[in-house]
Amino acid sequence: MEAYRALLGKDLRVELRTLRSLPAMTLFAVTTFVIFRFGLDRTELEGGLAAGVLVATLLFAAILAINRLFVAEREEGGFELIRLAPLDRTVLFASKASALFVYLTALELVAVPTFALFFLDSASALAPLVPVLLLANLGIAVTGTLISTIATMSSARDLLAPLILLPLLIPLVIAASGAAEPLLRADGPEYERFGTWLAVLGLYDLVFALVGYAVFDFLLED
Amino acid sequence: MRAPGLRTLAIATTVTLLAGYALAFFYAPLEVEGFIQKIFYLHVPLAVVALVGFIVAAVYAIQHLRKDDARYDAKSYVAIHMSVIFGTGALITGALWAKGQWGVWWEWREPTLVSFLIIFLLYATYYPLRYAVEDRDRQARYASVFAITAGAFVPLNFLAVRLAEPFIHPRTFSSAGGLPPEMLQSFLVCLLGMGLLWATLVRFELGAKAASADLGRLRRALDPESERPAGPRRSAAPVAVSATEGSAQ
Repeated sequence: MEAYRALLGKDLRVELRTLRSLPAMTLFAVTTFVIFRFGLDRTELEGGLAAGVLVATLLFAAILAINRLFVAEREEGGFELIRLAPLDRTVLFASKASALFVYLTALELVAVPTFALFFLDSASALAPLVPVLLLANLGIAVTGTLISTIATMSSARDLLAPLILLPLLIPLVIAASGAAEPLLRADGPEYERFGTWLAVLGLYDLVFALVGYAVFDFLLED
Repeated sequence: MRAPGLRTLAIATTVTLLAGYALAFFYAPLEVEGFIQKIFYLHVPLAVVALVGFIVAAVYAIQHLRKDDARYDAKSYVAIHMSVIFGTGALITGALWAKGQWGVWWEWREPTLVSFLIIFLLYATYYPLRYAVEDRDRQARYASVFAITAGAFVPLNFLAVRLAEPFIHPRTFSSAGGLPPEMLQSFLVCLLGMGLLWATLVRFELGAKAASADLGRLRRALDPESERPAGPRRSAAPVAVSATEGSAQ
């Protein structure tokens, strides 16, 4: 637990001092909204289109952070130090996933209100979106950490992470969009199958958290 | 023999597949859809066997990580390889069936087909992943991690896609239980035959890999000058491990 706190604290401190991921993610998300405004030629979005634009944008912004997640470890020899330290390596998995979760939540604190400002009539959908986005963040955080480790250690690096992650995240996208679509309808939020989709997101998070916990050790062996 | 049981398996496959398709064409009744429905006996077994193959690959991958035995990595690789090939066949026959039945090459409202496409897209990244990791041990470990993750993904993905389509498309078969008995029997024989075909091809490829590894070793023993490996420097395929390798040293 102490090691987890130390590693997570280190990641968050590094991010606060260097600001390598978060500003880029936020800028990317806002620019992508503008691109959708012209690509779709719509000034207002509702229902499925709104859910799709929001979820796809957040997903692609997340890829930026996932690609950078282990860059410091690779460049500064952090992996060797973790191997040498007398601690359970899954602590690294937990701390990196938590850091990614924090980045994604911080990104959404800016990007989702901006999305509402740009495209939505009212902000009434924002509150019920919170549990959907938090569960989605958790899923992206665990699968993202797992695949980012593989990609970082490979020679294809930035290419491999999105290539494997995007199909892997499709069930999460289905569930998040499925929950968000009725919430973002033009005539006010509805809770159609809200619980079902939250359960699917929760199941996704649970399954990949367990898989990650079980296999992460093998990724760090040398 | 490098692939024990291959001959028996091959004969069993031929007999079962021939029997299965004979039953499908001459015994099973013609459905209301007409003759195009016969593709059911090809498409569904291909898809089912491919999916089971992905799960089998995940089980081999777990054993590989547990026992640290390269033979399981080779098995996992060959299982995924065959299932990707069978999956390609399932997607093509699925498109043909959709064209024949609904008049379109692709039908987004058919959840099983869509789930299958997503799973296929995920497993297609297995090759670039292996290719991108040069160190052979690490390549094998990462491939196993991928195979386990993707194996867990298969049922989850079916669940999510199925839920996304609440209004079930008019489907011929909600489940195999709804089939008339003649069709069900024919289908089960075809499914068994396809499963045997998969097992035969996996056994064959594993045997071929072991044989070429042995051949390379013998070449090097005869002519130590030719140290360079025959294949490309980097490869997505695992190191072939023959049954005799352990005892040869």
